[in-house]
Amino acid sequence: MIPISLHKRPAPLTWPSLLILAGAVGLSLIASALLLHWQGKPALAGLGLLFQGAFGSLHALEDCIIKAAPIFLCSLGVAVAFRLQVWNIGAEGQYAMGAIGATWVVLSCPQWPAHLLVPAMILAAGTAGGLCGLIPALLKVYLKTNEIIVSLMLNYICILFLDYLVYGPWKDPVSFGFPMTTVFPPAAILGPIGGTRLNWGLVLCLAAALGFWVFFRFTRLGYELTVSGESRPAARYAHLPYQRLVVTVMVASGALAGWAGFLEASTTINRLQPSIMVGYGYTAIVVAWLARLHPASIAAASFMLAGLRVGVENLQLEMQVPAAFGGILEGLILLTVLAGGLFGHYRIRWRGRS
Amino acid sequence: MNAEMILPLLAAAVQTGTPILYATLGEIVTERSGILNLGVEGIMMVGALAAYVCALATGSAWLGFAAGAAGGALLAAIHGLVCIGFRGNQVVSGLALTILGTGLANFLGVAYIGQSIPGFQRAALPLLEGIPFLGPVFFRQDALVYLSYLAPLAVWAALARTTWGLNLRAVGEAPEAVEAAGLSVSRLRWSAVLIGGAFMGAGGAYLSLAYTHLWTTGLVAGRGWIAVALVIFAAWHPHRAVVGAYLFGGVMAFQFRLQALGTHLPSSLLLMLPYALTIIVLVAAGLRLRSQAAPAALGVNHEPPD
Repeated sequence: MIPISLHKRPAPLTWPSLLILAGAVGLSLIASALLLHWQGKPALAGLGLLFQGAFGSLHALEDCIIKAAPIFLCSLGVAVAFRLQVWNIGAEGQYAMGAIGATWVVLSCPQWPAHLLVPAMILAAGTAGGLCGLIPALLKVYLKTNEIIVSLMLNYICILFLDYLVYGPWKDPVSFGFPMTTVFPPAAILGPIGGTRLNWGLVLCLAAALGFWVFFRFTRLGYELTVSGESRPAARYAHLPYQRLVVTVMVASGALAGWAGFLEASTTINRLQPSIMVGYGYTAIVVAWLARLHPASIAAASFMLAGLRVGVENLQLEMQVPAAFGGILEGLILLTVLAGGLFGHYRIRWRGRS
Repeated sequence: MNAEMILPLLAAAVQTGTPILYATLGEIVTERSGILNLGVEGIMMVGALAAYVCALATGSAWLGFAAGAAGGALLAAIHGLVCIGFRGNQVVSGLALTILGTGLANFLGVAYIGQSIPGFQRAALPLLEGIPFLGPVFFRQDALVYLSYLAPLAVWAALARTTWGLNLRAVGEAPEAVEAAGLSVSRLRWSAVLIGGAFMGAGGAYLSLAYTHLWTTGLVAGRGWIAVALVIFAAWHPHRAVVGAYLFGGVMAFQFRLQALGTHLPSSLLLMLPYALTIIVLVAAGLRLRSQAAPAALGVNHEPPD
């Protein structure tokens, strides 16, 4: 046995968290570089390509921000639920439903002008995502069904439903057999901001973040949520409506992920097709936990992990490294951060030999 | 439907259910010790790849199977390190493990896509295969299926009839009591995590060695998560896991059969069946289990007194 003893701190230290994050990222990069080396690829050059691809140019930085936006929205959604210790793993499916909802509006009313179409798409995406979050919430509240598994199974179901739509009823008749809808009319596409490649979807992110902050900071419901998340017994003692809180957070969580689906369909893909599913919903879980569920940190972590994705794309292009490399890094970073949490929560003493 | 159609379907149900059975047993052992491991999906991916690579390199399917189990245990050890060693959140660690395992297997597996191995082939058991009904369904399978008939018995015996099993179950219910009795909570939980991980890896190994005989990305396709759900359905009992695994095997086999026959139903809707069934099964389990059947300390890290 290792001769140490752990003593729980009355309140966890907050200052080491950045240090832990830096250490975790460093360790994960080293481990993945070793993996590259083992596969016969130049490891250091690989890491160089990763960073250069992600943050090395204005174009790359724009890419990072564009990718960070849907990750941010999904992650904000995940964080709402996680704050109540409700484990919504269904962001991926809720994102798919959001994209489906937004596309449904576009396909139903393609003639509408932008000032009607875009709000309708946002509404439909939020509703579709929210309904997708409602299912695990109702099952959890009324039948005590495990929300982790239900929300995860819904991921598979929603993605298959998306496949069904684009391979079947929604398939573009002139797509030469490719599974995709027709391209969106310009009114359904959020335009660029000024001369950049960034789009107005960032305003949606900002609004969501502001809403999140105000909700938890100033509303009664937000306060009840924080209390219930920190201590179920305290919540029960204060007669807080736990069941209603679960339903609320899951619907909000799903709606936010649904917005991310809308954003991706409108700004990046400009239509609905299977390649819209790139795992943002799972990355969002990593982001939410790295950011300790705080909106500003979620923004920073979204940017970081979006950078990782952009960098891995570069690595894929230049060095033929499989895209799965990004998953390895995400998993490693999250695991090392989890392990590193020990140093904030405990005082560690060497016991020596007795 | 007549017997000529039903018997092969039931046999396929048993075969398709076998990887899920191995994984479910692994999760039962793990959860009985109080550790929730949501990394099953990733562990199965790594197990499948490790088994495939080893079988390809050595030419021995059994060595491949051993490699799959070892690979599973190795990945599960990361969960043990984070949760038992560093007291990290078990839910999040399991999710991270799924992301890591899936990434790792897809990353390392790229070179092996498109090859195939003989792996385990069907080998009817003499005498037993002649039994009407039971013979064609259960005894014209491959060696790993026969092994899976013994696995639930072994897990049950280990949990219910050995001192280790007694201590393990106690550690899942009341770790403080186990510690007060002078036993090491960590050591017991470590043993459960590693043995459970080996079972999950074996489930993955079955997929690549005996089911597809090749490696593809997305080989596990949610079976790991179905296993997590089946543990609840099985109320943490090994013998009930058998029922659940074959139920899912049946639905999956039925859906593949239907696709092969060429129905008018779109394949994406058919593919939803096992996932929808998982939700239904969980709801049913929730209605049936009035008292909480889960180990009392499940998912809670043990905090020894100072």
